[in-house]
Amino acid sequence: MTLNGWLQIALFCAVVLALVKPLGWYMTRVFAGERTPLSPVLAPVERGLYRAAGIDAGHEQTWLGYGLAVLAFHLLGFVLLYAVLRLQAVLPLNPMDQPAVAPDLAFNTAASFVTNTNWQNYGGESTLSYLSQMLGLTHQNFLSAATGIALALALIRGFSRASARTVGSFWVDLTRCTLYVLLPLCLVYALFLVGQGMPQTLAPSVEATTLEGARQTIAVGPVASQVAIKMLGTNGGGFFNANAAHPFENPTALSNFVQMVSIFALGAALTNVFGRMVGDERQGWALLAAMGVLFLAGVAVTYAGEATGSGVLDGLGLTGGNMEGKEVRFGILASALFAVVTTAASCGAVNAMHDSFTALGGLVPLVNMQLGEIIVGGVGAGLYGMLVFVVVAIFVAGLMVGRTPEYLGKKIEAREVKMAMLAILCLPLMMLGGTALATVLPAGLAGPANAGPHGFSEILYAFTSAAANNGSAFGGLSGNTPFYNGLLALGMLVGRFFVIVPALAIAGSLAAKKTLPASAGTFPTDSGLFVGLLVGVILIVGGLTFFPALALGPVVEHLAGAAGQTYPAGG
Amino acid sequence: MLPHLRPALVLLAALTAVTGLAYPLAVTGIAGAVFPAGAAGSLIERDGRVVGSALIGQSFTGAGYFHGRPSATTAADPADAARTVPAPYNAAASAGSNLGPTSAALAERVKGDLAALRAENPGRPVPVDLVTASGSGLDPDLSPEAALFQVPRVAKARDLPEDRLRDLVAGKVQGRTFGLLGEPRVNVLALNLALDDLARR
Repeated sequence: MTLNGWLQIALFCAVVLALVKPLGWYMTRVFAGERTPLSPVLAPVERGLYRAAGIDAGHEQTWLGYGLAVLAFHLLGFVLLYAVLRLQAVLPLNPMDQPAVAPDLAFNTAASFVTNTNWQNYGGESTLSYLSQMLGLTHQNFLSAATGIALALALIRGFSRASARTVGSFWVDLTRCTLYVLLPLCLVYALFLVGQGMPQTLAPSVEATTLEGARQTIAVGPVASQVAIKMLGTNGGGFFNANAAHPFENPTALSNFVQMVSIFALGAALTNVFGRMVGDERQGWALLAAMGVLFLAGVAVTYAGEATGSGVLDGLGLTGGNMEGKEVRFGILASALFAVVTTAASCGAVNAMHDSFTALGGLVPLVNMQLGEIIVGGVGAGLYGMLVFVVVAIFVAGLMVGRTPEYLGKKIEAREVKMAMLAILCLPLMMLGGTALATVLPAGLAGPANAGPHGFSEILYAFTSAAANNGSAFGGLSGNTPFYNGLLALGMLVGRFFVIVPALAIAGSLAAKKTLPASAGTFPTDSGLFVGLLVGVILIVGGLTFFPALALGPVVEHLAGAAGQTYPAGG
Repeated sequence: MLPHLRPALVLLAALTAVTGLAYPLAVTGIAGAVFPAGAAGSLIERDGRVVGSALIGQSFTGAGYFHGRPSATTAADPADAARTVPAPYNAAASAGSNLGPTSAALAERVKGDLAALRAENPGRPVPVDLVTASGSGLDPDLSPEAALFQVPRVAKARDLPEDRLRDLVAGKVQGRTFGLLGEPRVNVLALNLALDDLARR
């Protein structure tokens, strides 16, 4: 660990924090339907869309109507993406003549992008046509991100409204988020990335003759337009197989820094949107503080793990930390920081191969996802995930002092706590249940590339990443098989929709409640005590659920590695 | 769900057209006009032929060139399409090794590479990036230390004084961005092109 490393971490935090207020201000205006600097251009487009779709912008939906709209929209999006992948061979913009994507892989990829997971069982440059990348993946990157933000808004309205039946209109939230927030930011961002050296072309792969006379086929394509939304929308599915480690998908140290900032930007700013909408910005800062504590702890552990180096390479007289699977232009710190950011935020882009991280360095990304990705989290998903934990933390606080718990003037009662627990418990069910199945079935055991505890970690990571809708992987796992394609797709769908529906139910039930004025007995939820309680509840729930599984994977591997133990290849 | 069908269908179609076609095509158009070289892939031409991309590493095996890092990329086996064979720096199928920290295969590979490097330049510490595969398998860079480590071998093969090569490497070192971000590095292809130019003069 170096001073320069810590300075890079400090700069990263400072830039993210500086963006929270301006982005929060802008998004709050957009979602309230107020005028923004972009309105002269975009408002006519917005009105035209509503007219064509038969949407009355003033008509709001109940939580159930909102949820059904989300499901209908996703079902259609799923069918469209599946069709594009299956038909890419006969559709235009396929200069490398990629054949149709196999049915199980197309199903997995469609589930993966519709749920904002973006798990990569596909190879990017070796599997997909340009049309599939653009019309299939780029558009789902936008819409699944916009959906996450829309859902967070519905839940915020549940807290901010009193005695209300409705929680907003999904169609309006979706359209405004796409047009006013995601598209303009991505347009500027994509051009910056091309300026850093990222390709953006419809031309086929380039044939080069190397200095030593060998042939090298260099895959290019419309990369920048997809990477911009992949990061900003915390999607994470790569244009290339190696994702953001590929020099074309992340050409410079500066592009890498901006990509990390853009993963956190909208998610962090949504805590400010929350504060503004409930009428007290300090409530938003308290949530961000809880996220920040967990984030910095993770960064410190991963940085230390990677800078110290791995068991195998120790004692060989090498200088430098663990560089297996990392790129020179990023080095140890920027790779470790990226890994923590991408798993804290449900992004899943990787600029280094997590599979080759040290046992402790790889433990943090796993834990980040298992906690439900509430550390900033996916755009929207992180905030509603965190608010679900807030409900539980407030309930625990209420139990301790023997009062009916309240949050922002809303009584938290049995129905909200039940729904919160349902949302929290469906994740371990898919993560641990899927891992358990894969470790006893031959089709599952055929997957890992490494033997011993690391092979177990590869399986655990896959199901954790799928259910948490992250999408990063311990990439050694051969996941492109009917078994893994199917079971992981199921994990993604459950991990997305079985959290969305209870979160919306909480929104609906809170919106209908009266708002009580604060009294002397009200627990202040903008205090350090509350932040500590929230962090404690998150860690206890996560620890009790996942410690046994972690002990079998990364913890054993760390101890075995320290003792000089190695394992042969194969599952 | 039926009342949701029309808004869902129309919005999906319209937003798909905007975000899946209009947006990437607009970026392609503007990028091609403003940053034509970067948008096409930062290609390097010599004598009218494309010799590679400034951003993509390529395989060097001759003693007279600086070598990049180990690469774990593969390609389909020409004899049997269902299998893959090692194909370092395959820029059509990026990949890392995905070998874990307790992998015996990783240990063997590193020890083998180390033995060869130590024979070539005994008594010097080996920089870790010279024996570890990059995440993409296409890493275009080396740490300055890893480039300097190879100077004795290249100097001998090219019959050039070591000092001149050290100066050449020093001239190709790119520092951290703003003195802060990333790590110092040397682009291997640029270094080898400069090496060929040196030999031509």
